[in-house]
Order: sequence, then C-alpha cells, then structure tokens
Amino acid sequence: MTNAHRIPGKGLLIDRSRPVRFAFDGREVEGFQGDTLASALLANGTRLMGRSFKYHRPRGAMTAGSEDPSSLVEILDGAQQTPNVRATVQEIYEGMQARSQNHVGPLNFDLLALNDLLAPFFSAGFYYKTFMWPRAFWEKLYEPLIRRAAGLGRLSGLHDESIYEKAWAHCDLLVIGAGPAGLMAALSAARAGADVIVVEEDVRLGGRLLADQPMVGGMAGPVWAEWAADELASLPNVRVMTRTTVTGAYDDGTYGALERVGLHRAPSDTLPRECFWRIVAKRAILTTGALERPIAHPDNDRPGVMLASGVTAHLAKWGVNPGRVVVFSNNDSGLQTARNLTAQGVEIAAYVDPRPVSVLEDFPVYANAQVTGTRGRLGLRDVAIRHAGGTSMIEARTLALAGGWNPTLHLACHRNGRPTWDDSIAAFVPTPGMVPGLSVAGAARGRFSTAACLADGAAVAAEALSDLGLTARPADVPDAEDTPYAIAPFWAVEAGGRAWLDFANDVTTKDVKLAAQEGYSSVEHMKRYTTQGMAPDQGKSSNVAALAVLAEATGQGIPATGTTTYRPPYVPISIAALGAGGRAEGFAPQRLLTSDAQTRSMGAPMIEAGLWYRPSYFPQGGETSWRAACDREVGQVRNAVGVCDVSTLGKIDVQGPDAARFLDFIYTNTMSTLPLGRVRYGLMLREDGFVMDDGTCARIGDQQFVVTTTTAGAGQVMRHMDFIHQAFCAGWDVRMVSVTEGWAQFAVAGPKARDLLAALGITADLPFMGCADIALGGVQARLFRISFSGEEGYEIAVPTRYGAALFAQLVSAAEALGGCAYGMEALNVLRVEKGFITHAEIHGRVTAGDVGLGKMVSAKKDCIGKGASLRPGLVEEGREQLVGLMPVNQGEVLSAGAHLYNESDPAKREHNQGYVTSVAPSPTLGCWLGIGFLKNGRARHGEVIRLVDGLRGLSVLVEVCNPVFFDPDGGRMRG
Amino acid sequence: MRIPCPCCGPRDRREFTYYGASDYLDRPAEGADLEAWDNYLHLRDNPAGVTRDLWYHDPCQAWLEVTRNTVTHEILSAHPVSEVSA
Repeated sequence: MTNAHRIPGKGLLIDRSRPVRFAFDGREVEGFQGDTLASALLANGTRLMGRSFKYHRPRGAMTAGSEDPSSLVEILDGAQQTPNVRATVQEIYEGMQARSQNHVGPLNFDLLALNDLLAPFFSAGFYYKTFMWPRAFWEKLYEPLIRRAAGLGRLSGLHDESIYEKAWAHCDLLVIGAGPAGLMAALSAARAGADVIVVEEDVRLGGRLLADQPMVGGMAGPVWAEWAADELASLPNVRVMTRTTVTGAYDDGTYGALERVGLHRAPSDTLPRECFWRIVAKRAILTTGALERPIAHPDNDRPGVMLASGVTAHLAKWGVNPGRVVVFSNNDSGLQTARNLTAQGVEIAAYVDPRPVSVLEDFPVYANAQVTGTRGRLGLRDVAIRHAGGTSMIEARTLALAGGWNPTLHLACHRNGRPTWDDSIAAFVPTPGMVPGLSVAGAARGRFSTAACLADGAAVAAEALSDLGLTARPADVPDAEDTPYAIAPFWAVEAGGRAWLDFANDVTTKDVKLAAQEGYSSVEHMKRYTTQGMAPDQGKSSNVAALAVLAEATGQGIPATGTTTYRPPYVPISIAALGAGGRAEGFAPQRLLTSDAQTRSMGAPMIEAGLWYRPSYFPQGGETSWRAACDREVGQVRNAVGVCDVSTLGKIDVQGPDAARFLDFIYTNTMSTLPLGRVRYGLMLREDGFVMDDGTCARIGDQQFVVTTTTAGAGQVMRHMDFIHQAFCAGWDVRMVSVTEGWAQFAVAGPKARDLLAALGITADLPFMGCADIALGGVQARLFRISFSGEEGYEIAVPTRYGAALFAQLVSAAEALGGCAYGMEALNVLRVEKGFITHAEIHGRVTAGDVGLGKMVSAKKDCIGKGASLRPGLVEEGREQLVGLMPVNQGEVLSAGAHLYNESDPAKREHNQGYVTSVAPSPTLGCWLGIGFLKNGRARHGEVIRLVDGLRGLSVLVEVCNPVFFDPDGGRMRG
Repeated sequence: MRIPCPCCGPRDRREFTYYGASDYLDRPAEGADLEAWDNYLHLRDNPAGVTRDLWYHDPCQAWLEVTRNTVTHEILSAHPVSEVSA
C-alpha cells in the first residue's frame, strides 16, 4: 500500500490531493506534492536509502535537513546526473529518477559490504599503513582500486548543459534563517523601515516552529510563522528568499548564498537549476538555530536510527509515522520529544536516559540506562537497553537519538573565528565579534527556548537597527514556552562493538581513540587521520561529539581541545552554480571586427587574437592549404594591392595643450617636434627599462594626437598612460581616451595602393608617414600613410558603423586591380620579410637596444623607463640582439621557439646563443625566414650557426643576417 | 571586497586592476642613482597590517591609492593618485 506510513491529518508541507510519482532505483514510488525524497520513501516504508562510504553499511535518513550525513543519492535528469544529493533536501517531482549510490550490485545486497566484515583491518590510518609498499604499486594498483571502492556518487561525464545563474543583492540587514529568532528579527527590522533580506533554507518560513509546533502568542507555532511570513511578504522593504542557503561569510559584509531555483521541478530549458547569490549586507543577523547531535553507541547507524528532531520534523512536516520509537536522550529536549510523539499517537516503546531522571510518563522510562546495541540487517528491528535491571531487547522501528544541541554557528566562524565552549549547554557558542557586522541570536547562540529565541531576535535586531541609524519600535514579543534546557554531557556508550560518530565517513569512537593513541591528539591531526568531518556533511552532526571523545582520550578537556577550522561552504555548492555565466562566451567574450561577416562568408578560417577573431587567410578556388593561400596573398600585396582589417590595434586619442609634452614623457623618442599631418613610429618602455609596446603617433591637430598600440598591448598602454598622467603630471592639461572600438581601420598595401585609393575617389597626395582628414562618400575619415608590409601602404579609418561597407568596397576595388584581401598569415610573412617586430619580439625582456632601436631613446629628455634602462645589466656587452636568420640550404624549414648554437657546440643549455621568435615562409625570397635574438647578434651577420628545435626534431644551419630581409633601404614603402 | 571609488562610490573589486605598492608614486628624479631605481622598482615591505597600494578603476579610468589592512581585509580609504602626489 502506498503511503502506508503516514499519520492521517499530519504533514504541514504535503498536499494529499496531489500524488507525485517518481522512481527510486528504478522502482516506482508515489508520494505527495511537498514531499522530500526522504519523507516520501519513509512514508512508503523504505528506510534503506544508500550505503556508507567505507564499510558499505546500510544507511537511511537521520535528519530532515541539509545536514544529513547518510541519505546521499544520485538524481538523474536525462544527461544530467547529480551525485551526493541529500534525500532530505531533494523535493520530489513527477517523473523524478533517483538512484542510491555507493554499492556494487543491488542496494540490499551490496558486494562491497564485505568491507564491513574486514573492518578490524580498516581502522583509522589503514591506507597510510597498508598501501605503502612496494612504492610502484600505488599509482598502478592501489589507487585505482581504492578509488573504485570509494568515491560516493558518480557524474555523467557529459557537459552540464543546464542553466545556472549568479546574482548580486544588497541590503541593510540580512537575516539568515527564519525560525522564531529570525522571524522576530526580520519583523522588527522591517517595521523600522530597514531594507531587509530574509534567507531561509527550507521551503517555508518557521524553522523549528514547524517541526515542534510550540504555542506562540496563543497560536500554534506554524500558524504564527505563517502570520509573520504574511506580514513580511506584504512589506515592500523586505525580500524573502526560501530554498536558499547562506553558504559563506566573507569580507565587507558579503555573504554567499545558494538558491535551489529549479531543483524541485522537472528539468526545464528555461528555468535555472541553481542561482549563486552574493549578498552584500550592512549588518547581518545569524538565526540559524541549532543542530541536534546523536549519541555514539554500538550499531547506531542502521536505517531507522534517527535524530529525535528528524523524527518529529518528518512527522510534523510530512506526516511520516515513525512506528514504535525508542528515544535515547541525555537532555530534556529529548524527553519533550517523547512526550510530543506520544501526544500525536506515536507509540514510545522506551525512553532511555543515562541521567537519573525521575519522571512519571505515559511511556516506559529507563533512567540511568543506555542503548548498547541494535539489530536489523537492512533496517532497525530491536534496540538493546542496559539498565539497572539488566539488558532488555525492545522491538522498535525507529530509534530517536537526542544527544543535545549544537548551535549552528558555522557562518560566524568563517573568518577564522573560534567559538567558545559553554558548559551549561555542553556545546560551543559563537564568540562575539567573529565576523564584523554579524550578530547571532536565538538558538544559534545557545538560547534554546522558544520565548528566548523570540526575545533575542527582537533584541539583537534592535542593536543592529541602531547601528544602521534606525530606531526599532518597542518589540511586541509574543508569549511562548520557556522551558529550561537541562543536559548531562554524554557522548558515547562504553560497550563492545563499533559506535559511529561520523556516519558519512564511517568514523567510530574506536578510530578517534586510536588516533589519540598513535599521537594524532591535536584535533586537526585527528580529523585528517580518521577523516572525521571530511565528508559532504562536513561533520555537522558529528564533529563536536568526536572532539569530546578525543578530549576524553587525551584527558585535555573539550575547551583545550578546541575545534577544527570552519570554512565555507556551509552546504555543498555545485561548481556549475559558482561558475554560472563563466562558460564559453561568458568565459571569453568574442570581439568581432566590422569585416567579420564578409570575412567568414569569403571562407576565411578565423584565429583568435586575444578576444578578437581575425582571418587567417582567404582561400581561393583550388587552394587546399593555408600555405598556398598565404603565398598568393603575399605575392598579390608585393605585386598589386592587398586589403587587411587592422582595427584590432589599440587607438588612443590624446588631446590638450600639454599633449605633446606628455607624449614626450611616455615615448622614448620626441613627439613634440612632430609636424601637423605627420606620423612617427614610437617606442615606449616600462619603468624598469624594458620595452613595453610600440606603435605610431599621428598629429592630427595642433593639440591632438592619435596613437596606436599593438593589439595585445591596448589595455595595458591605456592604463599605463593614465597612471603616468595621474601619478606624475596630474597638473598637465592633457586628456586621453581609448577610441579603439570607435574606428574601423583598414590597411591598403602594395604598388597599386594609390590606384585603389583613386578608385574610391581619394586623391590625397600624402608623403610617407603623412596623415590627413579626408571625406569618403560623405563620411569623415582619416588617412594615414604607414606601412607594416614594406610596400607603399595606407590605413583608412572610418567610424565603426561604416566599417563593413568600406571593407566590401576595398575588397572589390582591390580585386579589380589584381589584388585581394589578406589575412594574418600573409601579414606575418610580409612583416617578417621586413624585420618588423611584434610582441613575439618585444616580449617583456628586451631593451630598445636589443631590438636595434637604441637610438630611439632620446638623450635630450627624460622619459618613462629611461632611468632604469641605463642599469649596467641592460647596456652591457653580450646581450642578445635582434637578427635575421636564413637557412643555408634554401629548402629547410625553420621554427619559432628553436634555440641557437654555435655550429661546433653541442645543443646543450650551457651553449645556448639565443632563440628564434618568429618565422615565415617567404615566397618573395623563396625560403623560410626567421628573426630572433642572438648574443652580440649585430656583429655576427654572415656567420653560420645552428638552429635546434628539440620538440620538433629540427636541426638546421642558418646564416645570421640583417633582420630586414627585403628592400632594406625602404624604397618601396617610401614610393 | 569593495573599494570606495571617489568618482563612482563603493564598487566590487572585479572592476579594478591591481598594480602594486604605492611606492610606485615616489618616482626617482631624473638622473637619480642606480640604488634609487633599485629601491623604487624592487624593494617592498610586506606588512601584516595597514598597507597602501595602487588600483585602477577600469570604468572611470581613475588610479587610486587604497589604504587597507592585510590582516582584517578592511579597506580604510581610497584617494585618486592625482591628489596624493599633487
């Protein structure tokens, strides 16, 4: 019978009129709308949900929240496969596919359960002790075996194509957790007019008010919570975020939060699965309540053993009937749980308390008693109780453990704060001020009664509001139960058999004691030796008990033992959510040229240049390789005319009465003497004396210059110029702005370049290195006579919106003259033939002298980098200098990255003479050409040396020569 | 981490580019000796506590001298370098 384990009339969150069918391990199960996977399975009698990490022990849900250590499953959505999802958090939806994990063979007969029988050999440190020798076995044998046996859930191995989001939010006050304290704090702040964000992990506000249902202000807890939620929802200054977990506290009042946007619904193409929020709050209040802890006793890990709070929550929220219950408790809250369950018709088979309690109840009470064991292979059947009268076996379906409460103070410790031990509640409480701007209220700081939570929430909110300059109205705190909380610390039952502390990683009390005995007595060492608290749940329910057992073993006491470091995230966050928006174009946006569409339509393969996409070459009929196209394009530029989009070069407009003076300071050479309408090549250094970038500087007005940078250097040069201006000459009247994206610019190069311009109606008769404003089809354009190819060359710049049209015109005009569009390959060949440098050469470790431009550093003025460029190491003899390299045997191929050696020396590091930075197959000269750096290279022209590329297996004899291979006098470009 | 840009108000650190210690503002005068350049380019304190360094706010192109605490991560102030060096 479906839903047989439900109590009629119970279950705040489920809608019994809306059945929901899903599959667990391929078997169809029916739950109700509002169920979690755990509640639906429990309601259908399924307690076994998975296998433990190390011993493959049968496990089920122990809690009703995100802290659950045991109920990890895989959720399958088509290609999507999400491992290690807590069944206690995952809401069911129609058609959901869930799968248990960590077993070989069926869940109820796991072959790796053999590990459990071998447990005596698998004590703490087992791997360290066992898999040491022989050393070579680790990588090949041990590690693959261990990884196969362990590992929890599996991924699909496919790309996660689902949608994830990231978002930012800002507020005056962030309230983390909406239980009684959080609701009261939020109401106080909202009524005072603060901009409030309330974040709640659950689907509904209320926290333990929903599970324990105490009376608040004369109403049942859930009713009061709903009333409070309604008021918050009605206020425009409040944002309520449910299904959202605050995961970390960071600098400056920044909090990370994970919202489960679509995980509770069938997969959708439009709905994000998760959203990762960064919330910036002026003040924050942590009202996360407390987490109950288990008691370590032998075999306390069977499906059916739960925390008392998990039992009551499953009953109150989803109507799950726990069956016959034994409660094992060391505190009054466990006793109260037994009373509550009885009141709701649940049979309490025994209340077991190690304290000498003397109470008269409607159920059997075993005082001075302990649970010493359990039976039931795949689910709890019997509980062994040791009491004054001996040991009794009591039949039970559920064992509710109530070992006391740990304030949920994790976020308060995320900035490396250490909590304080409070003997009165046998738990750690937050130390005030651990996170600036974050206060803690309610159970999260150890105030456990409902009345105390409500009052504390209001009081702490009033303090926060006063910090914000707001006045809280006198708090109207409703009446509620104010039962004192009495506890006798009791962590582990002394009895034979393994008693679990960390259910997720299979750490027992014996492991912790062994760690102490073997010298790992610091809590940080014990954690790493036993893996205590290192599972997905991060030891939320087990760490405090484990360190209590350690403290007892070392005799140090709990405060002296201390805690391990609390680190974000509080719950696991998928990498996809953290990286939302950071894939593909979100990672590397595409910058497209105005010529991009036409370029692609011409069949050009595109290559990336930073974020830009540029054509590699423009293949024409019959050309099957880049080389054929490149050779042709180079030939057409040298013999007719070529067109190339050079808009990627950085362009900076510099204006003002002090513009010329400023450029003199930035560049090594003098720009102030540049006449109007002329262009000058410029070199700039970093302050440490090495070359930063090069480009041209055109004077287009008396007080206006346009400088170009390399494509790669555009951003850096802009920042550099801003820095120099603002830091060293802020009083100078000069302003500069990047206009890179404002202008589309095209190179026109070749002996017929002037004919092409004439075909476009451009008649300007510019001298070499001249520039002018021109009108082009009614558009104001700029014409520069500059050359990066060695041919007579022009660059035409038009406002970006005209770029596509101009490119089309230029290409067809070039083709009419026997020319073509050319790509990056040809551009590279043309510039290598001329020995022009790029960032392959000015790679950050070369001086102006190294590249043969030492004379460009003006002796007459100061400039950035000049002082440091005079350092002895930068001017000494023997530096590597720019040279050209040509193969002795014409047919041989050269490669960039190769190193240079004297012909008689072996190709060893200590004989290195230099290296090759750029190579190109030159159709003009009929061989490969290289440029690179060679020790004293300028004095060695004519020498034959050896070029060796170990990676590509090249060893070629080359002749050292002038890096300007073609037209060294520059007659062609001067025209 | 947010830096209070004097032009734009408090902005996320992702909008800024880091350069280095504010020592870069004390550029040696023309003709300074090599030791002065060595100090300027290479020698830096590594304080646990208050430090001053240079950040570029890309959207408004302002270079800022930011005073912050390396221990508490507090940002204490941010001023345009044009005012600091003036």
